[in-house]
Amino acid sequence: MNPTTAMQTESKTSPSRYTILDRETPRLKTLLGRWESLLAMLFIVVFAANSIALPHFLDLYNLLDGTQNFSEKALIALPMALLIICREIDISVAGALALSSVAMGAAMGAGFPAESLPLVALATGTACGFLNGVLVTRFALPSIVVTIGTVSLYRGLASVVLGDNAFTGYPQLMADWGQGYFFGIVPREFVVLLVCAALFAVLLHTTSWGRRIYAIGNNPEAARFSGIAVDRYRLALFMLTGAMAGLAAFLLTGRIGSTRPNIATGWELEVITMVILGGVSIAGGAGTIAGVMLAVLTMGTVTYGLSLANIPGIYMTIVVGVLLLATIALPKLLRMRRAR
Amino acid sequence: MTLFKQREPLLAAMVVLLIMAVGLKEPAFLSAGSLANVVTDSTLLVMLALTQMLVIVTRGVDLSVASNLALSGMVAAMLGANVPGLPLPLIVLTAVAVGLLLGLVNGWLIGYLELPPIVVTLGTMSVYRGAVFVLSGGAWVSAHQMPAPFIAFPLERLLGLPHLVWIAAATLALMAWVARDTRFGRDLYAIGNAPQCAGYIGIASHKRLLWTYALSGAVAGLCGYLWVARYAVAYTEIAYGFEFTVIAACVIGGVSIGGGVGTVLGAALGALFLTVIGNALPVLQVSPFWQSALTGLVILVAVLINARGTGRRSRQILPLHGLDAKPHRSAA
Repeated sequence: MNPTTAMQTESKTSPSRYTILDRETPRLKTLLGRWESLLAMLFIVVFAANSIALPHFLDLYNLLDGTQNFSEKALIALPMALLIICREIDISVAGALALSSVAMGAAMGAGFPAESLPLVALATGTACGFLNGVLVTRFALPSIVVTIGTVSLYRGLASVVLGDNAFTGYPQLMADWGQGYFFGIVPREFVVLLVCAALFAVLLHTTSWGRRIYAIGNNPEAARFSGIAVDRYRLALFMLTGAMAGLAAFLLTGRIGSTRPNIATGWELEVITMVILGGVSIAGGAGTIAGVMLAVLTMGTVTYGLSLANIPGIYMTIVVGVLLLATIALPKLLRMRRAR
Repeated sequence: MTLFKQREPLLAAMVVLLIMAVGLKEPAFLSAGSLANVVTDSTLLVMLALTQMLVIVTRGVDLSVASNLALSGMVAAMLGANVPGLPLPLIVLTAVAVGLLLGLVNGWLIGYLELPPIVVTLGTMSVYRGAVFVLSGGAWVSAHQMPAPFIAFPLERLLGLPHLVWIAAATLALMAWVARDTRFGRDLYAIGNAPQCAGYIGIASHKRLLWTYALSGAVAGLCGYLWVARYAVAYTEIAYGFEFTVIAACVIGGVSIGGGVGTVLGAALGALFLTVIGNALPVLQVSPFWQSALTGLVILVAVLINARGTGRRSRQILPLHGLDAKPHRSAA
């Protein structure tokens, strides 16, 4: 066979003269190999196992009520995912949440109307995020260091205002949002979470603003050289994270009806766990909102199952830790075995 | 004045100034007894900061130290309480062995599986903390359950100084030797500076990382026993959140979170600095509610001072999106 015929036969088999080699054809195997698919399967397995093992698991009312346990944390996980994709991290979220909650209590004490309290929380959270962002971007400090400092600052300020009392007696409006239901069955918090998740997904996956976050996470220097205002994105993301912590503070304070000194302790690690379990790479540049939401639902189902089975909450930390380690170690172990 | 361009003398001067300033306000703080207290109080933080420094130098972080400390401490306390005849050295060795084992788990996952250190130690942190609860059933082990020599050991004096201080001094000397004069220590700096190159020049990064985290774990185990014995109580929440204090001490001590930079003396001084502040605030009668806020503020200020000059960046070569909306701006 001479070269010309070879070329002709080739041009007959493929419609265009060149084939794009770096784009994989969509195959079931690659689809199933995606992190989100694995998470979805894990979620289904956990859900099915729970419904078989626990007789009262599949009660629609209980199930929907169970979402309240994770809705506030998940609200903070959404912007945290964006931050981690962008190669930053915020350890101070629980501190910002506590400070926002205290700010609402103080504002209520000062006679602010009930409608202004969510704004107070959002403003406080945003201010906390702004301080983090300024310290990170202006002074070129690593965010993990800055936020380790600000977490004790925020929590400290909250305890200065709070002293050893607790703020209680919040207006009905806050209870409505923290404990209320839509149509008498769907918790409002869960609806807020779903709406926010949809907004974040659109923002991250369909806008150029979102694409640039990936670009920054993949290579901040290259992103800067290609004309992205990297520091503005970072500052905006820190402020967004603070604002969401403020929103979470509004809902959480409404749900438990008080501000106590130990509000939301240890949440930063749970939130970060949700994000990483959701397949967001700690090295930056990769991750989806769908993955984070699936991780949130999986963790929520596990917690709900454990609480139905009367297992103390601290076992949950073990389960979450093992889940986190297993999900990142298993793919590595399988690949190592295959390489041998 | 090149001496003061280095971090350690500057930090030492900051510590001395801080002590003097507090002493001006409250002379009792400068008494020998009070200063000895500060040194004794700093020992556990110093020891943990030293090994954390080695971890951070390799571009890693060990978030599980406090949980490891709690678990090893609980094991030691329960051994002491339930097996009365057991000699003390055996209990201490057990605590160190438990810590070492937990550290090896971290080291294997990070070194051999090449998983990101933040994620791994975040996971093991939860697991170890939960294990404390499982082991103890949530119950406390209090002073009257532990044998007397078990509790007395850390503060017993040898040549006028408490054992705690001797142990911390020995750890300091050992780590200084490891970091400066051993192949192992120098390799850690190489790994932190350029992980890829370290591999090319034949450094067994896997093995080095394994033993770095193992060392961090072993020292956390030792500190677990010392903590439990010193405060004469063991419970699930022991040293909760202490990992952040340890990391803060390292950062204040000039250890770069980006890896490759850090000295033993710096980490120890950073820990001393935080302890001085922790001890000075009650002496100055600062309300306990302000203490956390002030500590946070001090960490931020120290980090800012340390970071001078690191913000240098390469030049922007393309106009910025968004900022460039006004076309006439560049003409000015």
